[in-house]
Amino acid sequence: MTLPNGWEMVVGLEIHTELKTATKMFCGCANSFGSEPNTNICPVCLGLPGSLPVLNKMAVELAMAIGVALHCTIAPSTFHRKNYFYPDMPKDFQISQYDLPINSRGYLDLPDGSQISVERAHLEEDTGKSTHLGGSGRIHGADRSVVDYNRSGVPLVEIVSGPDIRSSTQARAYASEVRGILIATGASDGRMEEGSMRIDANVSVRKSGQPFGTRCEIKNLNSLRSLQRAIDYEALRQIDVLEDGGTIRQETRHWDENEGETSTMRTKEEAEDYRYFREPDLVELSPDQAWQDRVRAALPPMPAARRARLELLLGEPTEAQRDAVGTVVELNLDQFVIASAESNLDASLAVARAANEIAAAIDNVERLSVESFVTTVSMEQSGNLSATQAKKVLGELLEKGGDPVAIAKAMGFEQMGAQALGELVAQCIAENPSEWQRYREGDEKLSQFFIGLVMKLTKGQANGKAVIAELQQRK
Amino acid sequence: MKHAIDIAAAVSAKESSAVAELATSMAAIAQKNEAIHAFLYVDTDGANGFAAAVDQRVAQGEKLPLAGVPVAIKDNLCQTGVPTTCSSKILADWRPPYTATVVERLIAAGAVPVGKTNLDEFAMGSSTETSAFGPTKNPLDLSRVPGGSSGGSAAAVAGDMTPISLGSDTGGSIRQPAALCGLVGIKPTYGLVSRYGLIAFASSLDQVGPFAKTVTDAALVLEVIAGHDPMDSTSLPEPAPSLVAHVNDGVAGKRIALVKELYEGADEEVVAAVKKAVAALEAAGATIIELSIPELRLGLSAYYLIAPAEASSNLARYDGVRFGLREQGADVSEMYEATRTAGFGAEVKRRIMLGTYALSAGYFDAYYGQALKVRTQMIKAFAKAYEQADMLIGATTPTVAFEFGSKTSNPMAMYLSDVFTIPTNLAGDAAVSVPFGTGENNLPIGVQLLGPGRSEATLLAGARVLEIADGRP
Repeated sequence: MTLPNGWEMVVGLEIHTELKTATKMFCGCANSFGSEPNTNICPVCLGLPGSLPVLNKMAVELAMAIGVALHCTIAPSTFHRKNYFYPDMPKDFQISQYDLPINSRGYLDLPDGSQISVERAHLEEDTGKSTHLGGSGRIHGADRSVVDYNRSGVPLVEIVSGPDIRSSTQARAYASEVRGILIATGASDGRMEEGSMRIDANVSVRKSGQPFGTRCEIKNLNSLRSLQRAIDYEALRQIDVLEDGGTIRQETRHWDENEGETSTMRTKEEAEDYRYFREPDLVELSPDQAWQDRVRAALPPMPAARRARLELLLGEPTEAQRDAVGTVVELNLDQFVIASAESNLDASLAVARAANEIAAAIDNVERLSVESFVTTVSMEQSGNLSATQAKKVLGELLEKGGDPVAIAKAMGFEQMGAQALGELVAQCIAENPSEWQRYREGDEKLSQFFIGLVMKLTKGQANGKAVIAELQQRK
Repeated sequence: MKHAIDIAAAVSAKESSAVAELATSMAAIAQKNEAIHAFLYVDTDGANGFAAAVDQRVAQGEKLPLAGVPVAIKDNLCQTGVPTTCSSKILADWRPPYTATVVERLIAAGAVPVGKTNLDEFAMGSSTETSAFGPTKNPLDLSRVPGGSSGGSAAAVAGDMTPISLGSDTGGSIRQPAALCGLVGIKPTYGLVSRYGLIAFASSLDQVGPFAKTVTDAALVLEVIAGHDPMDSTSLPEPAPSLVAHVNDGVAGKRIALVKELYEGADEEVVAAVKKAVAALEAAGATIIELSIPELRLGLSAYYLIAPAEASSNLARYDGVRFGLREQGADVSEMYEATRTAGFGAEVKRRIMLGTYALSAGYFDAYYGQALKVRTQMIKAFAKAYEQADMLIGATTPTVAFEFGSKTSNPMAMYLSDVFTIPTNLAGDAAVSVPFGTGENNLPIGVQLLGPGRSEATLLAGARVLEIADGRP
């Protein structure tokens, strides 16, 4: 979306992600989504009197992995208490990192070549989950509220970007790239629908070249689509206010997915004074160099490196191909493409099939072996299967699994052998002598005319490249 | 009442039994507690079970350092299923689902917890007068306070109801009542004893420690409860130090500094006792020097910002949502307000307000931030003093036990009774109070020995010299 009248948006994101540790951040309770309410709890994560936190090493390790992937500096850090009252926060303070975060000053390269700075990526604990029943459905005005403390004390990393983002598309690309990194590092499953990744967006607008405007923070965006829509809405809202001669109040806003609009949650004046101070129950966290090095060494390739590798296989990829590579990496389908290329198949064909056909049925991807995929692509490239047929075979493999050759046979795709195709092409030439004459004299466009005819006769099951080969042979 | 070390020896030798020792203790409690009000709760059934288990373990040949020793537990230490109230209405009916590490270690060592003792509400006070359940009387003079906040634990031992007890010391809450009740009390080095299961007042200052009638008994208890606990991140990594073996090491060759700021302003009889103690140490072979550490004068002010600041956060969880008292309100904010208004007493509210203010935006730097700087200064000043001396000596309290009501109307006067004990908590160092001489109405005076981190063995050896010099060989 382009903003009107020379306006520019300035966006920074705070991405909160739950870490995929076996246990919680400060106690031995299981960190798992979807358990019976209030079953993964103990004196520590319930904040019972006398309980004390003990930091989970795995959470530190995953936080460092995120930091390394975001090119951050890892430094000795401390924990603070963020004090405010809320029923789903058992101690009525949250243990978080404040002035000394574990990771600071990094950056992230986006697929379009832009770079977003990362100010910090710090550790903190999650709260429980409140459900407000009856009445207004919000905390004030509900008939009653119930709290599930299973999530209380689950480790979180909050990744804070610099105010470097200039469009909602870029914001989405950044969030998506961060999500890819979280998945690649194994720090998080990146499941926004389960709340394991949540985003707050700081949005302001200005005329190009002017200082930053007053920002509003949109809380708890839980899908990439919401993120993009909310940012666009908010930028346009602010522009409307400013163009009408108004001013923007710094405030926290809520995104209503159904209405497609943001609304005021609380203004800066109403903001809590969190009375941050050093958490006296925890000591300084100073991962030594050897520990940092182990984390660094164990880190798998990040999405950018994996995209670069696939793009190398494509030679000089088009923008559409780059998008397809992005999808392949995002869905962790790299191996399908790499194995195809290693079998001397056309990488662009493999990328296309992976980014479209596999992506369309990604939930079933475990039914499709890399070998079956390579075989199918090979059959398509050699002309034994048309594009349409290859897609159908892949669809069937993803649906039910099985052997691609047997599936192609069962679907009746294999009779279109070279001889049968040759006969059909000969028939089409005979029935259209003038077009054939023009084609022979060099009008290459007419190949499409003949392909169309053959497709019609074969109900789309012929291979276009094979048809061209037959035409060439008969010139 | 027999000393802990003698009870343990007798029970271990099967000359006595844990059940019999418990019966003696329970009889004393039944006879005296009504007048003294040391115990808020006597855990008869639980104690019977622990005692029977100890006798069984002894019969099976287990060596238990505290075999069959009855112990009183300050009511801010959690014990599974036993009411743990912090002497506050807000926790009046709370029974923890877990046991504090120190209590677990006592039980593992063969001690028998008999019940929970009174304290100033949430350990905020110096007389037990802020307890929501009424004050504890000083067993040596029922018209006087036992000191606080661990007044109930001190009175349990001073009143011969148990030979030993556990207290907690945030600004003097073990040493001050020990002094006022004529007992030995130890504030261990911060991190030497686990805080897991100690209900926090001021986390960076709180330490659990023992009360006993003798230095040896106090050393014995500290040896059992000290040592690394993986459940407390601030726990020191080392195992428990050897203490009992060193109580008779003496002070020959030790450098001991009499510190002006640790006795000036105290009653004349207290100052006289301190000087007499210095002479006794010198006679035992110590080298005495005199020091002034002006930074210590800032301790009280820094403490009354840092401790309330941490308390304001530590006590936020008493909100009526998950446990403890809940008052009704039209919405959650009103419920919070009604619950905390009804549940907390005046002193607790005063400190929550002080602490909240000290941490607030716009005031943080001037108050809490400044107090942290003072704390750093104090740590440096102590460290410098310990370059010149192995231990410091001063008074534990400015006066002997005072009368009920004499300081309740003036919080500042009450706060001043901890002026000599607070600096050690801010520095995270160790200190011991040992009875030495008597003052007005034959009431005991406490002398304080202070040392750097992990100097408990040295301090207890010094305390033992004073104990002998004071006529308790």
